[in-house]
Amino acid sequence: MSDTFTLDGRPIAFAPGQTILQAAVAAGAYIPHLCFHPDFKPHGSCKVCTVKVGGRHSASCTTQAVAGAVVESDTPEINAERRALVQMLFVEGNHFCPSCEKSGDCKLQATAYDLGVMSPHFDHFFPDRPLDASHPAVLLDFNRCILCSLCVRASRDVDRKNVFALSGRGIRTRLIVNSRTGRLADTDFAATDKAAHVCPVGVILPKGRGFDTPIGRRVFDARPISARADATAEIASSDAARE
Amino acid sequence: MCPAERLAPDPAQAAATAMARHRHDPLELLQVLREVQEDCGWIPPEAIDCIQARLTLPRSKILGVATFYSFLHLKPCGRYRILFSDNITDRMLGSPALLERLCRNLWAERGKVTEDGLVSVDTTSCTGLCDQGPALLVNGRPITRLTERRVDELCDLVRNEVPLDAWPADFFRVEDDIHRRDALLGTSWAPGAALAAALARGPEALVEEMKASRLRGRGGAGFPAGLKWQACRDAPGKARYLVCNADEGEPGNFKDRVLLSTAADAVIEGMTLAAFATGAWRGFIYLRGEYRFLLGHLESVLARRRGAGLLGESILGREGFDFDVRIHVGAGAYVCGEESALIESLEGKRGTPRNRPPYPVTHGYLGEPTVVNNAETLAASCLVALKGGAWYAGLGTAESTGTKLVCVSGDCEKPGIYEYPFGVEIRQVLADCGARLTQAVQVSGPSGACVPAAEFGRRLAFEDLPTAGALMVFNERRDLFEVARNFVHFFAHESCGFCTPCRVGTSLLANMMDKLANGHGSPYDFAEIERMNLLLQSMSHCGLGHSACNPVLGTIAKFRPAYQRRLAHEEFEPAFDLDRALAAARQMTGRDDPAAHVPTENEEPA
Repeated sequence: MSDTFTLDGRPIAFAPGQTILQAAVAAGAYIPHLCFHPDFKPHGSCKVCTVKVGGRHSASCTTQAVAGAVVESDTPEINAERRALVQMLFVEGNHFCPSCEKSGDCKLQATAYDLGVMSPHFDHFFPDRPLDASHPAVLLDFNRCILCSLCVRASRDVDRKNVFALSGRGIRTRLIVNSRTGRLADTDFAATDKAAHVCPVGVILPKGRGFDTPIGRRVFDARPISARADATAEIASSDAARE
Repeated sequence: MCPAERLAPDPAQAAATAMARHRHDPLELLQVLREVQEDCGWIPPEAIDCIQARLTLPRSKILGVATFYSFLHLKPCGRYRILFSDNITDRMLGSPALLERLCRNLWAERGKVTEDGLVSVDTTSCTGLCDQGPALLVNGRPITRLTERRVDELCDLVRNEVPLDAWPADFFRVEDDIHRRDALLGTSWAPGAALAAALARGPEALVEEMKASRLRGRGGAGFPAGLKWQACRDAPGKARYLVCNADEGEPGNFKDRVLLSTAADAVIEGMTLAAFATGAWRGFIYLRGEYRFLLGHLESVLARRRGAGLLGESILGREGFDFDVRIHVGAGAYVCGEESALIESLEGKRGTPRNRPPYPVTHGYLGEPTVVNNAETLAASCLVALKGGAWYAGLGTAESTGTKLVCVSGDCEKPGIYEYPFGVEIRQVLADCGARLTQAVQVSGPSGACVPAAEFGRRLAFEDLPTAGALMVFNERRDLFEVARNFVHFFAHESCGFCTPCRVGTSLLANMMDKLANGHGSPYDFAEIERMNLLLQSMSHCGLGHSACNPVLGTIAKFRPAYQRRLAHEEFEPAFDLDRALAAARQMTGRDDPAAHVPTENEEPA
């Protein structure tokens, strides 16, 4: 018999050591999130998964599940806060959904739609983030990076390569790659790496097959992300199917 | 010690020397990078090649660390790197005009290296010299009490490429400026006396005395030190560590600088006491990069104490009591004052605050139980060891026992350090420092509270106004909007960038304040600022984000007119300003005539 907590009134069973979000994902319950991926240790940086536990805000991906805890997630107040965070991520980078290869498969876009983001709201920063097209198989478009560190973690913890890292500080934080030239082609990155398949947005893109899944038939085109608690796995499998 | 103005040394050699000095330990990456920066004036790629190969670290990690800290540079800087302290107190003393004067004299442009590579000029966060500003750092060394004349002299020295060691010693004079002493600064004891008293009692009894003293952390948060020591002592682990937090980055604070300069023995003895109580075998002093100039002094105090049997193996002859201290010098990152970010930095990483729990007392340095105490807390613990917890608890107030070093700066006759028992009224401090016509004081720096004159009866104590020490005084001529704007820019500059709300929110907030400063504000912006504050409070990862809106909210609540007169419209005013957006084009074309400007919308209200 396992312990449970309630998520918006619904009982969620959890195993010892699981965080709230881990347990929710395992139970097929949706809490919006971007930097979390079930295959990796929770990171807690995007804060989109923030919930209220006993009235207190905390990131559900890094907060240990406790028996009997009362967790609020899908409330107008918390969703408004999440909406602001997503808007911040939009204005921080350069996001042009209509021309993005990842449109329809993008978790940032899908989360924004789901939370009812109608405009960026804040002033754009318009940062200068040059592309890296040096690698034969993969394009890096840093304009869309939301600094979730999933590629950093995948490359470090699974591929054992450390191809990606964060550099800089504050609003000037940037994703960099592990080479003297700063080019992906000069790293030991391979298109088969785990790190090539975890980007929730459109930074790490395979070359040579643009828009081969038509708009309208992409992961989030049929159903919103909140109706797909297993969305992360689905993107990965659709990605694999296209290999 | 700062030979960068001489001929640039071989980067590979500089890296090899630095790595050897740090036993080729990858945990010492930040120290290695800092020393290469010191030797070469920047961190050349050839140096990184060597570090990457010898320490077997991924280059991306080295670059990630090097770009996190403000004082490390991956591109060549000037042979003289000049950084003006940009705290509001420096500004009030005229630093912006002095910076401009220096740039004009040297044909330099702020934020850039001159074409001959001679000099680069920029600003930096508060250098902790607010009582003797305006201040700047040249190649990491502080120059105090800047005047126009001093700036002109400095420019001559730079132009003639005089090595720093040959500059007038008075330039580098840093005063302690202690104007009031109480229990801590007024008590002297022979080095080792507090330790001997503790050894006679035994570690458990020392922890009990600490608990009885109810001494609370002096960094501002006020966690009871005795409980922290007890928790570390009780936590299971292979090794225990002790860290003295002297990364005092909070603008307006400078007590750690004075403590380390005038009472280093007390701080280090406090560390040794904590080690005795907790069983720690290794201690670190995290010295903020701005205080690099104290490194030689601290090393000599450590050496003297080792010689006297107060550090090292079998301290004071007690078999099995082994403890020694290393100094870790920071490199310009306020967030490293947060204890878990500090530990990350100690481990040679980017100073990103960790997810907590677990807390450092159980999972700290290298995942082992670690106490992080403020330098002042450690110094005060010597008084507890010498005179007992009950005696100490008799000082100050019920919830805030003991005394506090208050760092007074701003509009007053005698800025400097004032030690008071907790519970002192602000009015008293202002009278003692010779402040007149005071409009407000900022207590505990930007993350603290702005207190207007009507509330000067309030007390410095955890029951009322908790403080890390800073007390910045603003007379009635000062514009508190500009104070808040300075603080908001500080937070944006110092945000570590880990979490979305703080990384983006602090910069958005700085832009909103600039919008008001540029005369484009509206009540809509107030609502936006308040919304941003709620978001940062509820969603941020650490205290930096939680407190980033404090200066604005505090001043909006209490000094509304300072904001009101900046409102251009009563309803809404867009942030985008076409004329301002054309500034870059005007600069590129060298034009500034009327035809190169467009009328702004608020000149013709709809």
